[in-house]
Amino acid sequence: MGDLLQFTLTGVTIGSIYAIVALGFVTIYSVTKVINLAQGEFVMLGGLTMYSLTSAGVPYLLGFVITIIVVSILGWIMEYLLIRRAKGADPISLIILTIGTAIFIRGIASVVWGKDQLRVAPFTENTPVNIANATITPQAIWVVVIMLLVVFLLYILIDKTMVGKAFQASSVNPLAARLMGISPKRMSSLSFTLSAALGALAGLAIAPIMFPSYDMGTMLGIKGFSAAILGGLGSAPGAVIGGLLIGLLESLGAGYISSGMKDAITFSAILLILLIRPSGILGEKSVGKGGL
Amino acid sequence: MLQVDSITKRFGGVVANSEVSFTVEEGQIVGLIGPNGAGKSTMFNMISSVFPPTTGTITFQGTRIEKLPAYQVAPLGISRTFQNLQVFKNMTVIENVMVGQHMQTKTNLFGMASLLLGITRKERKVYDQAMSYLAFFGLQDIFDQKASSLSLGKLRLLEFARAFATEPKLLLLDEIAAGLNHKETQEMSALINKVRDTGVTVLVVEHDMDLVMSICDKLVVLDQGVKIAEGTPKEIQENEAVITAYLGADIDEEEVEEEAI
Repeated sequence: MGDLLQFTLTGVTIGSIYAIVALGFVTIYSVTKVINLAQGEFVMLGGLTMYSLTSAGVPYLLGFVITIIVVSILGWIMEYLLIRRAKGADPISLIILTIGTAIFIRGIASVVWGKDQLRVAPFTENTPVNIANATITPQAIWVVVIMLLVVFLLYILIDKTMVGKAFQASSVNPLAARLMGISPKRMSSLSFTLSAALGALAGLAIAPIMFPSYDMGTMLGIKGFSAAILGGLGSAPGAVIGGLLIGLLESLGAGYISSGMKDAITFSAILLILLIRPSGILGEKSVGKGGL
Repeated sequence: MLQVDSITKRFGGVVANSEVSFTVEEGQIVGLIGPNGAGKSTMFNMISSVFPPTTGTITFQGTRIEKLPAYQVAPLGISRTFQNLQVFKNMTVIENVMVGQHMQTKTNLFGMASLLLGITRKERKVYDQAMSYLAFFGLQDIFDQKASSLSLGKLRLLEFARAFATEPKLLLLDEIAAGLNHKETQEMSALINKVRDTGVTVLVVEHDMDLVMSICDKLVVLDQGVKIAEGTPKEIQENEAVITAYLGADIDEEEVEEEAI
């Protein structure tokens, strides 16, 4: 019983990170129909920027804010320099552009931060807490809190503001949105910036647990992407469910079967679910319509 | 207000519009009519900048608009509806209209932090405004229904309301009465007149002759991409070219029937 609780807690923690990464994928995909495979790199940049800032003696909270701003700006630059220039290219070409960007960012990061895993201090005092035979670190709780906060803020932004309505409109019907005077460039720009901010947040939250290094983005990106697909690409609630499910599968698989097999178990389960529901758990039947 | 000057549009080898020119004066209701395939919708798409013409110019209140992207034309004061409805399906009725008001609410990317704080007040204002638009079109009772659940007649009204909510100077209505029954069509005529009375100039593409003849100040007739007549409804009804090309289809009716067999 204690084991089950322990594995579940671990699963929810890592699943929350996947969920945030998946939300980043969904944010960009829903408006631009581009799958940004540099999403994991935003997470890595979030963790490593925080490492540099805290080592330079910047206060924790200030470093937190600066990291989000810096990575958001990088996301904005990526859209401005690459995606916008390639306007009119089909999504597949744009996806390849994002792969190139990912490799580029990873290369620069390995030069700047080296190839070692680095240590970032946790948000608060990190003495593990015991709950019914299971231990959980305060940082793990923070990760879940941040995920919930992200979901809440995204909901407010998308559902309760005019910018959010414009955002939804361009994702549902790009043509009609344009005719309502909504600039597709601004929406594309907004989606990348927002997505980078989400990546940075995930990076900040996971850094004290995972010890970030220049190549952490690859695996997180793949897991986050899988979560987005599993939930139904384009669905934000789906992304959260997908993320948590993958986190749980991974930690239960590692705990009860074999830790070496955890990825094999996870992806087998994803395959199985997708065979039954090809459009994902909450996905709509027709994806791939619309775009810039 | 709107000058369309020798517009030609080719799709590959097909000439959809050839050297079409006409003007729309402020405060008028102008009808663009013609048989199927006459190039009416193509003309509409060019005026609303869905795609550019091959040659020719379109001037709206002194601004050349034929090469502008759609999202820049809308703020100049041109809005439209679609024959094949383009509503935001998974949004509610009122949200659809609120998107139409998007242009009246200026926010930029970097003002978002302040925006998050001021949501309620601003959103409230837009919401109230949207509600008054809905009331204008008689949709206030279904404001919170999902657009995907509405009937065709209501969807047409919703598109009309959304286009009107952008506060346009020129409103393009693309077969707004298509698929509506007699009573709904009459209500639509009354609405179009009501919208014109608020100071909006209206350009309609329409198949329903009763509707066109009763509300339009001026008609432009296209046939196979070429303008064949322009004038008041009365003049058009008496125009020889129009009668042979279109309204007088009954002259050829026997032939058509024979061909059909």
